[in-house]
Amino acid sequence: MTIFGYRIPMMASLLVWCVAWEIVGRLDLMIMVPPFSEVLRAAVDLVQTPSWQSATVTTLRAFAIGMALSIVVGVPLGILMGRIKLADELLGMWVSIFSSAPLSALVPVLMILFGFGEKTIIAAVFLFAIWIIVLDTRAGVRHISPSLIEMAKSYGATKRALYVKIILWAALPEILAGIRLGLIRGVKGVVIGQLLVAIVGYGALFETFSRNFRMAEFWALTIILFAFALLISELIERLEAKVEFYAGAR
Amino acid sequence: MRNATLRKGPTLMPEPVDAIVEVRGVSKSYGNVEALRGIDLDFPRGKLTSLLGPSGCGKTTLLKIIAGLVNADAGTISVNGRTVSKPGPERAFVFQDFALLPWATVLRNVAFGLELRGKAAAEREKIARHYIGEVGLAGFEDKYPHELSGGMRQRVGLARALSVDADVLLLDEPFSAVDEQNRRKFQEDLIRLRTTQNKTFIFVTHSIEEAVYISDRIVLLSPRPGRISQIIEPEIDRSVDPDRIHRDKHYLDTVEEIWQGLKQYVD
Ligand SMILES: Nc1ncnc2c1ncn2[C@@H]1O[C@H](COP(=O)(O)OP(=O)(O)OP(=O)(O)O)[C@@H](O)[C@H]1O
Ligand SMILES: [Mg+2]
Repeated sequence: MTIFGYRIPMMASLLVWCVAWEIVGRLDLMIMVPPFSEVLRAAVDLVQTPSWQSATVTTLRAFAIGMALSIVVGVPLGILMGRIKLADELLGMWVSIFSSAPLSALVPVLMILFGFGEKTIIAAVFLFAIWIIVLDTRAGVRHISPSLIEMAKSYGATKRALYVKIILWAALPEILAGIRLGLIRGVKGVVIGQLLVAIVGYGALFETFSRNFRMAEFWALTIILFAFALLISELIERLEAKVEFYAGAR
Repeated sequence: MRNATLRKGPTLMPEPVDAIVEVRGVSKSYGNVEALRGIDLDFPRGKLTSLLGPSGCGKTTLLKIIAGLVNADAGTISVNGRTVSKPGPERAFVFQDFALLPWATVLRNVAFGLELRGKAAAEREKIARHYIGEVGLAGFEDKYPHELSGGMRQRVGLARALSVDADVLLLDEPFSAVDEQNRRKFQEDLIRLRTTQNKTFIFVTHSIEEAVYISDRIVLLSPRPGRISQIIEPEIDRSVDPDRIHRDKHYLDTVEEIWQGLKQYVD
């Protein structure tokens, strides 16, 4: 039996953890942990407040703009590096440094550059998401069968057709994998950015809740964020599965 | 049945023929690996010529140079009397690994050569459908490559090459990734297509039997650096039942003769 595509055992284990949370909360051991039922109630209330709604709009907008930028810049950059040796040698080092560096440390620098506002959040999303997109796109382009490229050339493909009709499509499974990982990193970027800036979107809410020890709302917001990140990754995975299907014969 | 005409010697040409592809003094090295040395070769119009030789002797290299996909270090290629250095519409290539678009249907794959050349969708699909039928794939237009067997995939590759209506078809071991039964069937189809399509085929293989079975002319290449060691014209009557050809004495003698010539290169 499945619920929403998940098999029951997973739901069951989740339920066990919720019950455990509830019990720990009821025991009143820590002020940090209110009962789970209270957190749920807080979540229901929270989503109805205008402050949550506007924070969500701000957050989503910053996330969307940052992701769009990192895809629009990252995919062509990855293709360039996959196709042109010089570009790869010039940029490869930086991309691999940034893709594994602790980027949170750079967010304060972004604040200096872009000020305490949405721009910094967008920059943080971009900074967190782009490198894995570049790396995966590059790997995808590298793995294209040389005979596919030769085929295009032998039938007189223009440069543009070669990229638009062959390279982009042949590398699509890897590009999508990169975007999925980039989205997850982008969520990190938007959260860390907002927490550090602390006057925009969810960051401002987190700041208010934690400063006033409104833990139920604090946890409710955390759960909403987690659910959001999971949802995005799930959606992209579905899309990937479809593309994988077409690319199956590679 | 007549005797095989046998011509020995590297550059000796038969009586003047109408050569559609002329290879003159072509050499090619990859770094310090000398793949081809001083190839002079004419490919008669409307015939199927096989390039046969041991692995690594430069067959693929020569075919790709003719296709314009690889640049020769020296020498020239001319097609229909014009020197060429890039791919052109008068040549079409059939790839050893099929080189199909996995994300496109059979129909789009077959029409892809025309798509790249800017033919309108309706027109190119009409042409593609015709050649899909011609290679025996009617009914598979909407399938994807991964839903087809190796033999069927190569038929898609062949239909794509036929669709662009090139004069010369270049085939690089088209059957090497196709299972034995399908290969036999495919060879018969190729013989039939050669007579109906009025095209010139240049065919790379390392199977002696295959070369003798389907070729009008076999060019034997020596091991690296590839040079022409022998040209053989097996004059086999292919209008008879295919199974009889395989048991034909003349066929078997020619296979044996080529084997005797190639044996020295095998250790
Ligand atoms: N791109 C390349 N870079 C370096 N060496 C190459 C390259 N392509 C071919 N060679 C070398 O050139 C020689 C001829 O190669 P080619 O592929 O033309 O041989 P072939 O006759 O087609 O062999 P096979 O029967 O194995 O397909 C081989 O020694 C091969 O290793
Ligand atoms: Mg080869």
